[in-house]
Amino acid sequence: MTLLGYRLPGMSSLIIWGLLWETVGQSGLTFFIPPLSEVVATLFSVIGTAAFQKALAETAYAFFVGVLSAICIGIPTGILMGKNRLLDELLLPWVNVFLSAPLTALVPVLMVLFGFGMRAIIITTTLFAIWIIILNARAGVKQINRSLVDMARSFGASPVDAFFKVYLWAALPEILGGIRIGIIRAVKGVIIGQLLISIVGFGALFELYAANFLMGHFWAVLIVLFALAFTISEVLAYLERRVSYYAAKR
Amino acid sequence: MPQTSAAETGTGATEDTAFEIAVSTRNISKNFGEVEALNDLSLEFPLGQLTSLLGPSGCGKTTLLKIIAGLLEPTSGEVEVNGQRVTGPGPDRAFVFQDFALLPWASVIRNVAFGLELRGVARSEREAVAESYIKQVGLAGFENAYPHELSGGMRQRVGLARALAVDAEVLLMDEPFSAVDEQTRRKFQEDLLELVQDQKKTFIFVTHSIEEAVYVSDQVAILLPRPSRVSEIIRPSSFRGKGVDNIRRDPEYLDIVDEIWASLRRYVE
Repeated sequence: MTLLGYRLPGMSSLIIWGLLWETVGQSGLTFFIPPLSEVVATLFSVIGTAAFQKALAETAYAFFVGVLSAICIGIPTGILMGKNRLLDELLLPWVNVFLSAPLTALVPVLMVLFGFGMRAIIITTTLFAIWIIILNARAGVKQINRSLVDMARSFGASPVDAFFKVYLWAALPEILGGIRIGIIRAVKGVIIGQLLISIVGFGALFELYAANFLMGHFWAVLIVLFALAFTISEVLAYLERRVSYYAAKR
Repeated sequence: MPQTSAAETGTGATEDTAFEIAVSTRNISKNFGEVEALNDLSLEFPLGQLTSLLGPSGCGKTTLLKIIAGLLEPTSGEVEVNGQRVTGPGPDRAFVFQDFALLPWASVIRNVAFGLELRGVARSEREAVAESYIKQVGLAGFENAYPHELSGGMRQRVGLARALAVDAEVLLMDEPFSAVDEQTRRKFQEDLLELVQDQKKTFIFVTHSIEEAVYVSDQVAILLPRPSRVSEIIRPSSFRGKGVDNIRRDPEYLDIVDEIWASLRRYVE
């Protein structure tokens, strides 16, 4: 975007919102919004604390294990659904139901099934991420050029070769798109899991700060969380752009 | 031109018995649900020659090619390649696709070597083979380029090199030049004539261009739709040895093109 002939760097709009936040905070309108400068100062003081690092480690662990399982289960399931009519008919209604279902409502059920520990949190995270990954992998396989499939067959590809050397790569742009959206949903999943199942990690920090009206701390942790999710999502978006040059050409 | 349905009529039909047959299709029928794509179609393809399947759209020529490739199963009838009955795709046949069907994420050399890669040929060996065919189709220096960096004509050369690299006895070409521009297509046609002469391979070539079919073929099989059948087989005889530059003004070439158009025009709306 350009303003008065100057080219603005990306995300310049954040400056305006930051200024607005600072003004509202300084005016003392509500205890809920402390000045941004105070939040940032809190952020740096909080990051070094043991409590924060423990929360970060717990959250990161649940998040990565959850996302990894969603990817490892979701991609093959989606590809198989795209290739196999029967499996597709069987699973697609469920995938669609869970994609749009309010998963938060299911968390108590997960607690009954998997207990109150890390396992239930990880499964919650996986459940938030997996459905869109399945749907995107399925869509990616469905749009593979018919003649690429014929090519693999006519040159004698075994089913395993066709899967790893053709289908997976041909569906890669869609698969990466699914992973990116899945990861954004997993951030929600891991925090909801930590809040509802057992009060650990960032969920515990949110609970603690909110209960004690430490709004500076609350916002600081939220900013950290947002920054982490944003970074991961941007890295994946970059990868997507790297591979989509051929998606447009096929 | 006789409009009989017998397959063995047409110009030069008397010579037919003299050729060794590489591929034969017998009483092929193919239905897609209610739609009858091919009905009791029999054709023979002489060894080391190029046979075109020519006809209006909807006459089942691509369907027949895919059945020969083993990509489609005939509803009834059978295909034999070198006396062996076809039950699916096999190493004796290689396919050249209309839309090239290259792997967009793989370099030219990997694309050309892909057939060999699927057969488990070691990397250094298959890349050496691929390199020589890349050179042969005139793409030397583009080994590490990606398909999206190449023009349509160059991409089809990659597709051709990939089919040659597996050294199949039969090359199946599905309208291979229809997606490239006119000038490139002419060059391709000339190169194809040379290829048919050099390689002792059997070519089966699907096209909807009458001129192209007559120009490149040793034998043109004309397929007509509704019901799908081989209406005639034409064997151009006199201009094949006169050199690529003289074919297009040879009287026999021009006559055959006219005759084919006369028999096809009523099937084109």
